Amino acid sequence: MLAYLLRRILYAIPILIGVNLLTFALFFVVNTPDDMARMQLGIKRVTPDAIAKWEHQHGYDKPLLLNFSASGTGKISDTIFWQKSASMFVLDFGYSDDGRNIGREISTRMGPSLAIALPTFLIGLVVYVSFALLMTLFRGTALDITGVGLCVLLMSVSALFYIIGGQFVVSKLWHLVPISGYESNLGAVKFVVLPIFIGVIGSIGSSSRWYRTIFLEEIGKDYVRTARAKGLSEMAVLFRHVLKNAMIPILTGVVVVIPLLFLGSLLTESFFGIPGLGSYTIDAINAQDFSVVRAMVFLGSLLYIVGLILTDISYTIVDPRVRLQ
Amino acid sequence: MSFMPVILWSDALVFLLLAAGISCAWYVRQHEHLLLPWRRVAQNATAMVSLLVLSLFLLVGLLDTLHYRVLLPENNNGQKVYSPEVLSVFDKLLAPLRTHTEKTYSAPLAMTLYAKESISEANGLVSREYPRLRYGGAQLSDPQQRDGDVLKRGLSGALAGLLAGLLIALVGKRPLARRGWPVRPLLIAIPAIAAIIGTTASLAAAYHVLGTDKVGQDVLYLSLKSIRTGLIIGTVTTLVTLPLALLLGIAAGYLRGWVDDVIQYIYTVLSSIPSVLLIAAAVLMMQVTIDTHPQWFDTSASRADLRLVFLCLILGVTSWTGLCRLLRGETLKLREMEYIQAAQAFGVPSLRILTRHILPNVMHIVLISLVMDFSGLVLAEAVLSYVGVGVDPSMISFGTMINAARLEMGRDPVVWWALASAFGFMLALVLAANLFADAVRDAFDPRLNHSATAA
Repeated sequence: MLAYLLRRILYAIPILIGVNLLTFALFFVVNTPDDMARMQLGIKRVTPDAIAKWEHQHGYDKPLLLNFSASGTGKISDTIFWQKSASMFVLDFGYSDDGRNIGREISTRMGPSLAIALPTFLIGLVVYVSFALLMTLFRGTALDITGVGLCVLLMSVSALFYIIGGQFVVSKLWHLVPISGYESNLGAVKFVVLPIFIGVIGSIGSSSRWYRTIFLEEIGKDYVRTARAKGLSEMAVLFRHVLKNAMIPILTGVVVVIPLLFLGSLLTESFFGIPGLGSYTIDAINAQDFSVVRAMVFLGSLLYIVGLILTDISYTIVDPRVRLQ
Repeated sequence: MSFMPVILWSDALVFLLLAAGISCAWYVRQHEHLLLPWRRVAQNATAMVSLLVLSLFLLVGLLDTLHYRVLLPENNNGQKVYSPEVLSVFDKLLAPLRTHTEKTYSAPLAMTLYAKESISEANGLVSREYPRLRYGGAQLSDPQQRDGDVLKRGLSGALAGLLAGLLIALVGKRPLARRGWPVRPLLIAIPAIAAIIGTTASLAAAYHVLGTDKVGQDVLYLSLKSIRTGLIIGTVTTLVTLPLALLLGIAAGYLRGWVDDVIQYIYTVLSSIPSVLLIAAAVLMMQVTIDTHPQWFDTSASRADLRLVFLCLILGVTSWTGLCRLLRGETLKLREMEYIQAAQAFGVPSLRILTRHILPNVMHIVLISLVMDFSGLVLAEAVLSYVGVGVDPSMISFGTMINAARLEMGRDPVVWWALASAFGFMLALVLAANLFADAVRDAFDPRLNHSATAA
């Protein structure tokens, strides 16, 4: 098990290097720092002096990969690639355009993001699985057909509609919760209730349908027939046999997103004014703060890979047949 | 010539897709075994009604794709000067809707603006009133007559539409029945849709059916124009996804070894980046390129259009990995089958095995994944435009409509119509696409037993 984990972690390193090189190419080779400076300072009326000053301020006035003017290790380390891209491996994300430490910003903003993402995830899981089990229990009946139809309808609605509509009805018409904002500690509850509720509703269609497909696939298998032949009730078959055996496909889809919960949701956070990582990313995109976007891309893929490893571990927990070697 | 045809990049790609689609359809028609699953789709009532709705959207999108520039009356030293504004045939058909702009917001079917204004009368008095619209309901002198007029126009339009629809349905009934298509649902759906179109058309002649937006543009016109953007995002993206996924997926599965390792590495790297972030990063970079090279574009439409094409490209590059993984898995399975091994034993060259034996047997996966992805892409466009990494702000799309209208929900009284129509049109498009995609999946998925519908 330990050897396996070690190998998986080693295997993750080339992938992260790939991500790093990809972002480096995207941010520094497709467009030169010159282009970025011009973009930031406005296209017209920009002097070479101003560009040079901007590049110096942001540390972009160095060679991309190899610095021939420097001596010793400086040939490699005194370059844009080393200082802006490779440094992310030790979680040093550098500074944003407004001069703040991105690493510190990320650690303070994780809390609010999790305050919304984690409850949404947990409540959502329970709701979707229960709804899917209900549809599976009544499969083929009018209840099931209505449920599937409802799912298709719900998944055809834009996520923006749920947020805008929810804010309008619950906050503006009914005045139940504030429209947007955030407080630390217990005061946060009134701010996060609506985003969580909307988050759960927003993916009820696609998720429930997906779980239903998994359950239906399991229910056609031989062990289910055997269980029924033994005289077990349909409820017992569903909960004791089908649910357990469906755990592997469920975990495949579910565990991988758990680390990504840290990143929060771009839409929800920006609409509800939650000072989390999602709104941080949106603000950075709107302000064209490339260093923040770069940091978020790297962090996102790091968390995704952690999720993949967690998925493998979770298999061994639910299925004793799986051995990691 | 009084106009100059303009083929934007996206237009060319649409024509390419259309040609590919028509030739595929032609090929399928010649081969009975390929036609069989489509027959199953055709027997599905929901699928056919969705297809009807989808084809209407498609018609609007195609008409909106034929672009041209009008010749201006003045000329520059004998040289012809064309208007910088790129119009489409659809704009020409809906010219009144496009040109009848009001001053600012007005509610659906309203005769007055949304907000009061100071009006100075002839006798010097200034009064606060709701000013009348320039076009909406301008044919009526007395605002009291509006309800009657709306009712009259609406009913006559509905009746005309209903009659036309019934006529089409009655003519089409016999050929439909002969092919075994679901006659009754279509007989209901065609007149119903025709009646809706008739009502809208007859009301749109005199009113702003869905109101006007902040700069007074007709919301119905904006919604109809958005259809093309949504369709392009949903379809042109597949032009990028398909070759990448097919080529790399089948190569990885069939050749195995180091080719497989390299391809797996590429798609693991790409799929490990959360897609919104990757798209955002790529779009930001594209924006820098476009903004620093203004000399590339002769009209603002061509700039917006190139941005749309790039957006499709980026969406395609970030979304081929899922299909590639599926195809790799399926190819790995297929290459161990007896008939492939037999072909290898007979000495059939690899390329021929791939095209004759592997490719046809993974096509159902490709088709299912393409139709399933379409609706997701249409929805993604709106979200990306909100995030600020979607289409050009000057391009009419559901995303830009929602973006412009969402702040107006805070006004009192609420300006709801622009948002509602954007969401409504999007729902119709995506719902029809989802229902159709489900039917296609059911008909093509070999795992599903076609003799029993409900397990």
